[in-house]
Amino acid sequence: MRKQSLFHISKRDTLPLGKALLIRGGILLLALVFCGLVTTLLTGQNPISVYGTILSGAFGTSRRIGVTARSVAILLGISLAVTPAFKMRFWNIGAEGQTLIGCLATTACMITLEDKLPNAALIIVSLIAALLAGALWGFLPAFFKAKWNTNETLFTLMMNYIAMQLASFFIIVWEVPKGAGKIGIINQSTRAGWLPEIGNAYMLPILIVAIMTGFMYIYLTYSKHGYEIAVVGESQRTASYAGIKVDRVIIRTMVLSGALCALMGFLLTSGVDHTLTTTIVDSRGFTAVMVSWMSKFNPFIMIASSLLLVTMDRGASEVASALSLNHSFADILTGIILFFIIATEFFITYKVTLRKNSKKEA
Amino acid sequence: MFDFVSFFPRAVMQGIPLLFGSTGEILTEKSGNLNLGIPGIMYVGGISGVIGSFFYEQATKGSAMNGFLAVMIPILCSLLGSLLMGLLYCFLTVTLRANQNVTGLAMTTFGVGVGNFFGGSLIKLTGSEVPSIALSNTSLFFKVGLPGGNAGWFGQLFLSYGFLAYVAIIIALGASYFLNHTRPGLHLRAVGESASTADAAGINVTKYKYLATCIGSMIAGLGGLYYVMDYANGVWSNNAFGDRGWLAIALVIFTIWRPNVSILASILFGGLYIINIYLPTPGGQMAVKELYKMLPYVITLLVLIVVSLRKKREDQPPAFLGLSYFREER
Repeated sequence: MRKQSLFHISKRDTLPLGKALLIRGGILLLALVFCGLVTTLLTGQNPISVYGTILSGAFGTSRRIGVTARSVAILLGISLAVTPAFKMRFWNIGAEGQTLIGCLATTACMITLEDKLPNAALIIVSLIAALLAGALWGFLPAFFKAKWNTNETLFTLMMNYIAMQLASFFIIVWEVPKGAGKIGIINQSTRAGWLPEIGNAYMLPILIVAIMTGFMYIYLTYSKHGYEIAVVGESQRTASYAGIKVDRVIIRTMVLSGALCALMGFLLTSGVDHTLTTTIVDSRGFTAVMVSWMSKFNPFIMIASSLLLVTMDRGASEVASALSLNHSFADILTGIILFFIIATEFFITYKVTLRKNSKKEA
Repeated sequence: MFDFVSFFPRAVMQGIPLLFGSTGEILTEKSGNLNLGIPGIMYVGGISGVIGSFFYEQATKGSAMNGFLAVMIPILCSLLGSLLMGLLYCFLTVTLRANQNVTGLAMTTFGVGVGNFFGGSLIKLTGSEVPSIALSNTSLFFKVGLPGGNAGWFGQLFLSYGFLAYVAIIIALGASYFLNHTRPGLHLRAVGESASTADAAGINVTKYKYLATCIGSMIAGLGGLYYVMDYANGVWSNNAFGDRGWLAIALVIFTIWRPNVSILASILFGGLYIINIYLPTPGGQMAVKELYKMLPYVITLLVLIVVSLRKKREDQPPAFLGLSYFREER
């Protein structure tokens, strides 16, 4: 007789929300404890004080709270942007490039039109340019996927680097001063094309992303488009039997995804950093993929996920600076938390039981 | 005048890390696992070797180093480091059936983080007194070329590389032979094309996925090691490895999943990576160099499109690429 494995794995019915949340919370706690252990092992610090440093690094002063909240907003925005495509099972890992091309388009308008347009018009023109550029970056892979089933993961990956090299090309074209290899703060004296501040430097991006969160929830849950996306994601065949034009849904959704990523790029360049570098997006396009996925595509859970990752990131940087260690420490902790969360999904989707001793049946 | 004899060896040295990475990723992808963690794994492979050799150099301070140990310790450490990463990827995606894209991206974040963290903090953590990680003594052992490496153009073009470069070519040829001419290779391709069919034919899908991905990771990790020990003369600097991991994944598409084609293609990519130094800059416009650097990605994109247009069956990606296999799901 064939040897049977020790465990029996079967698919669960959907877990009640409370129980699923309990499992997730428990695993998260475990991940945080594990991160503390790793930190202690590497640095010899007391884990409690490490968590203290992490929290004070992220929320210690009102300025830090502002920066943290704004970073959460940007990461959340990109995560929201990639979500419709993911829900359609279109594996777009090009958010990095789509955001960067938005930054580039904004920069182009701010530099070339600085003294040609009044400020309000300049901001609107930059916004439109960014949205168009992002839409194009989303359209290309979607078009080839819809027409010829070209692998979208690899396509969007390549588009990231094309965006990056375009950005470095224009950075050198517009470098200030000549030979510096960077642009610096754009229009520092005139502030042309800078987004106005509401209250303080942090509020406007946060407000925009808050509105976007609500919009995305309604779009995905209650609109016809959202329903079509869900059906295409479940089964393309079912979708075409039901009369949904799959090609059109794929292209439309990716154009939306790309444009929203570029909107975040516009916010980054026009409202936050006021510059363009090749690392301005700082891998948030990739992190957003993981945020969206680990939140099960739910916009409100994404708020919590982004908050968690940004807190760990900023906190771990603080720990690293305090001990004069390398800042990549944050990436290690982020990785560990992600591994724990990725592994959890299995235990929520499947039930693992020890096989009963088969002697009785024999 | 374009100096081919000086250009070609530099293109090869740029290409070898890509060759290791793409051979590893081809093996992995043939089992149906799209491992986007390769860039992270190559970082881990590099830094593990560096850590191993750092401790060995510290231990033998002053006295002469044993050539065999100086080479074997970094290689074994590098293999071990990337094996652990491969196992983690397999455990999450094969055993726990996690989403491959998400797992891969998390591995890349983690791996690059590990590389840069230990690269930037190793000296501080071990409390040693050296100013920077420069393993030049170990590097000398890695750079030992074939006899005649300095003599004439033939020697410079073909005999002047460190031994790992030849290992990369042998591994690529071996992988090509394995995939196309052996029974386990046939089984592996079957797993990647249709895991359920392979399972029905009595092939142990889990075993093949684990083995292919772990061995693939170890091969890719050697690419990171070659980069530090040979190309960079044993000097680790953070983020110096750059986006070569992603370029290795691009190379997989470019060669349409063929390790033997990858040998020439990696040299081509290596050449494209540095051609901006050799090409003239029209009107002294330095910015154009950045556009030259876009070439590998644009070319890969075109290949991807053309392959999907032609729909030739042997040119397609493995059909189950990116999908987890669960026997009871249909």
